[in-house]
Amino acid sequence: MHKPTNTTHSPSLKKRMEQEIDVIASHCYQCGKCTAGCPLNEDMDIMPNQILRMLQLELPGYEDKLLSSLSIWLCLACDTCYSRCPQEVKLSQVMDFLRQESVRQNKVNPKAKDILKFHQAFLETIEKNGKLNEVWLTLNYKLKTLNLLQDINKAPSMFFKGKLNPIPDRVHNVKEIEKIFNKVRENEGGTKCK
Amino acid sequence: MARIGVFICHCGENISATVDVEKVAQEAAKLSGVAFAIDYKYMCSDPGQTQIIEAIKEHKLTGIVVGACSPRMHEATFRKAAEKGGINPYLCEMANLREQVSWVHARSEATTAKAIDIVRMMVQKVKQDSKLFPIKVPVIKTALVIGGGIAGIQAALDIANAGHKVIMVEKAPSIGGHMSQLSETFPTLDCSQCILTPRMVEVAQHPNITLHTFAEVESVSGYVGNFDVQVRLKAKSVDMKLCTGCGSCWQKCPNKKIPDEFNAGLSFRTAIYTPFPQAVPNKPVIDRANCSWFQKGKCGVCKKVCPVGAINYEMEDEIIDIKVGAIVTATGFDIKHTDFFPEYGYGEFKDVIDGLQFERLASASGPTNGEIRRPSDGKIPEKIVFVACAGSRDKAKGIEYCSKICCMYTAKHAMMYKHKNHDGEAYVFYMDVRSAGKNYDEFVRRAVEEDDVQYIRGRVSRIYEKNGKLIVKGVDTLMNAEPIEIEADMVVLATAVVANQDAESVAQKMHISYDKHHFFAEAHPKLRPVETNTAGIMLAGACQTAKDIPDAVSQASAAASKVMGLFSSDEMTREPVVAVVNRMMPPQFTTCTGCLLCMEVCPYHAIEREEILDRRTGEILKVAARVNAGLCQGCGTCVAFCRNKSIDLQGYTNQQMLSEVIALLNKPF
Amino acid sequence: MQIGFYPGCSLEGSSKEYSQSLLAVAEKCGVTLEEIKDWSCCGASAAHSLNHDLSIALPARTLALAENQGMTEVVIPCAACYGRMAASQKAMLEDASVLKKTQGFIDMKFLGNVQLLTVFEFLQKYIFPVADQYIVNKLNQKTACYYGCLLARPKELTKLERPENPMEMEAVMEKAGATPIDWAFKTECCGAGFSMSRTDIVAKLSGRILEDAADRGAESIIVACPMCQSNLDLRRPEIKKQLKKDINIPVLFITQALGLSMGIPAKDLGLENHFVSTGKAVSCIVKKEA
Repeated sequence: MHKPTNTTHSPSLKKRMEQEIDVIASHCYQCGKCTAGCPLNEDMDIMPNQILRMLQLELPGYEDKLLSSLSIWLCLACDTCYSRCPQEVKLSQVMDFLRQESVRQNKVNPKAKDILKFHQAFLETIEKNGKLNEVWLTLNYKLKTLNLLQDINKAPSMFFKGKLNPIPDRVHNVKEIEKIFNKVRENEGGTKCK
Repeated sequence: MARIGVFICHCGENISATVDVEKVAQEAAKLSGVAFAIDYKYMCSDPGQTQIIEAIKEHKLTGIVVGACSPRMHEATFRKAAEKGGINPYLCEMANLREQVSWVHARSEATTAKAIDIVRMMVQKVKQDSKLFPIKVPVIKTALVIGGGIAGIQAALDIANAGHKVIMVEKAPSIGGHMSQLSETFPTLDCSQCILTPRMVEVAQHPNITLHTFAEVESVSGYVGNFDVQVRLKAKSVDMKLCTGCGSCWQKCPNKKIPDEFNAGLSFRTAIYTPFPQAVPNKPVIDRANCSWFQKGKCGVCKKVCPVGAINYEMEDEIIDIKVGAIVTATGFDIKHTDFFPEYGYGEFKDVIDGLQFERLASASGPTNGEIRRPSDGKIPEKIVFVACAGSRDKAKGIEYCSKICCMYTAKHAMMYKHKNHDGEAYVFYMDVRSAGKNYDEFVRRAVEEDDVQYIRGRVSRIYEKNGKLIVKGVDTLMNAEPIEIEADMVVLATAVVANQDAESVAQKMHISYDKHHFFAEAHPKLRPVETNTAGIMLAGACQTAKDIPDAVSQASAAASKVMGLFSSDEMTREPVVAVVNRMMPPQFTTCTGCLLCMEVCPYHAIEREEILDRRTGEILKVAARVNAGLCQGCGTCVAFCRNKSIDLQGYTNQQMLSEVIALLNKPF
Repeated sequence: MQIGFYPGCSLEGSSKEYSQSLLAVAEKCGVTLEEIKDWSCCGASAAHSLNHDLSIALPARTLALAENQGMTEVVIPCAACYGRMAASQKAMLEDASVLKKTQGFIDMKFLGNVQLLTVFEFLQKYIFPVADQYIVNKLNQKTACYYGCLLARPKELTKLERPENPMEMEAVMEKAGATPIDWAFKTECCGAGFSMSRTDIVAKLSGRILEDAADRGAESIIVACPMCQSNLDLRRPEIKKQLKKDINIPVLFITQALGLSMGIPAKDLGLENHFVSTGKAVSCIVKKEA
């Protein structure tokens, strides 16, 4: 039997979310339109409307379930949900917030590790070069995931089509990019981009 | 010598929690001219009023001040009490200690001081009050009903049966409104036209009702009991007296491609037409905007074939002037159409239809003779999906409200489809089922339990067309948010109920209020649901807000009863708080110089130009302004504009206002 | 006239055909595009997924650079870059505290006076008025115009007239002498950034899109987003496996299609670098009647 808990001691996930982003959980009246239109509704473990419901109800164990769900990593920010939501709830921003919380609390779903590593590899490449170098990104990602043979058959054709450029095209003032990353990390009191 | 009584109300705790009411009464007692001062918990209650009445008699009071709520709340109450106590009711003033003090300030000494100041001001005012007597105006016992739908019809019949004259004005060529388009009505599933048409005929034949169809209200002026209304009788191009309704004209009209409004765009009609076979009056009109004769100067067939020569192309709009004592606004509603929904196809999928279109398909006199068929290819659908809440309860689409009738008519539609197609499949995507009326929930359960309508709780995200089918992407939130995709043959959207497109201009012509959705505003949402804030104008039906037929009929009868109350006496009393231009003995007659600036600025056109004539020679001695007490609403605009203070407002004279200000500024020690 | 240009990382890398064809079309029509000097990555999905502040700051740097370089309008052909840059600009302009914080991160001033153009806006404003004189060919084929997500949503940023069934690309295709078809997956998601980390999802989502286009007789698919192009083109073998169907409809960038109608050779438009051969699409072309 679930009983709602009183979370006056530390702000609940819902409260923290409502402070950080422009979404009020109670606006959602659980019509399900988001789930009905989500392109990933066959693959998610918790459906988009259920994510909002769990935030609303604040039952014990829900926060953990949310932060360790696969759904938040599968969300592609396609905004189909937001564009059709009758209450104008910015669900894609909720997903972003939950992703960041999930990393912060080290609760990332094991099945989503590859997705997270891809994002991390991407940001590392940007920090070093200012721009994306696809070769670097791919190598970095493969090293992180140890998925060394993935797409290896595409490499020759890509090379001949001139799509593989191992020499990175760096931003001239790449130090500025590094500074931005560092300042953002400082502002949060610790590195979040890992 | 003034003997004023001051009565300070606690208003429960509403005032006393913030204002030291005992102190206010004590300070009031010290004011010069105050003979009696008390405080009491509920001044407006029976014992409270009794205290006032007895105090007036016992202390021979010459005027009273009640320190309580806003005069808009209880001025009438206390004036009646004053009258019962034996003094003129206009010698009673209210000091607003609630809306202007306790409701807007926190408890403090300054707050109580403000309350005392206001009481002091009103004491000064009441000392200068003069006795005023209500103005009597005659009441014209004719009612105007705008709108010939079920609400308008009910109101008109009720008023006419009570013995009063009614003029009904309906914009369309026939009365009947949306109810005439319905096939069956909930919760009984009786045939809509069968119960409506006898009423329509009764209206047409009633000796007390004058019916103008194809007509619109042009302007409304005047005031309760005495409205002046101009009605435009649009040119029908058919002489109603000669026409026999034989139908030769529309049978021969070559222009057959005009979208038929009565069939919700599912079929076509001719340029000369009657909207439906049971129309009242059952005589055609010409839609000049779509008639070849009027647009291109060609044709003229109807005139040629008319056996009685009733067609008259030269007919022009006629504006008539009517004088009525009360108006019932029953102009009805509209619905959103399928083009309002981008995610459901922008109205481009022929087989995605709205509720009224479904009614026409199901109706025996509709475009498919009562068989539910797909508009695209005429086939009978085997799977229909009904989408509830299409547009309603949708902040993103600008319609936050619930349209009230759709849950019921969706269940009805699903049942009607199943009754005609036993093997068909009907699905309803819903958020909630709102079926609160008498026998309403039982009706919905019938759909689910007896007719096998499948209700799925979840909203539809998108509908698209593929290979002649409509792919409906919904969800079942009760089944763990399971996405549900249905390949339907037809989709019926229960679209939002909205106000008519011209509702705003109608409201402005009538000088009545309306809300942001253009629904007309009732005077009080709970206690005065059928009146507007404009005296003499009542509301009936869906023009006020979405409602079903039982509620529309109830509201119409209620509005009729208000009208009958108004008509129950030959004269009406009006508040004597009106402006008066001063008059004095000759040779001056008045200080008014006749500049007539007041006449220009009066919002109610209540001021006239008066010529003061020499009694013997008839020579014009002076031109001055004169206030028509019947029209004046006591707003005071003229008083503000008068350059030499020749006009003043009874009950709020310049002298009174000045003495209030002086009283406020000169605090006693 | 000179208009600012933000290619973004994809247009310099695996989708350089998009940039190549855009510049070719612009040059033909006498429009000069000036690349923002020293631009950097917009952050794409990675930034907004992992760090909100970073997702505003990275685009802000480039926006500030554009301002400092005196640009009043910047065309951003990549749908994702446009989405991120527009979102960052909006966030800073709507909330002074966000603006202040971000200016602190990037150590640059930002005024918000650069107007960002989608590729459609750019084509409508600068190419359409002069295009007719350069269009010498008719594409002469049925095209499925595919917008994907970020060109259609969120509607406050993308400014399409009919976000659920847009016609902006169709207008360009009609000018180019193609017959745009009516189909149901114009704005459905292709799988976005999952190309490497969840290729199965890309195969499924892009598969649905490809299938509907094929069912309705499309001879080519026209896109305006490098991610969509890559998912539908590079990942075609995975899609074919998922659908168990051998669909070979080529995927062209809108600027490539327009360039072909202007008589620019296929090679100069990068049409030989696609994974799904564009040969058939090119061979359909006929000369426009005088």
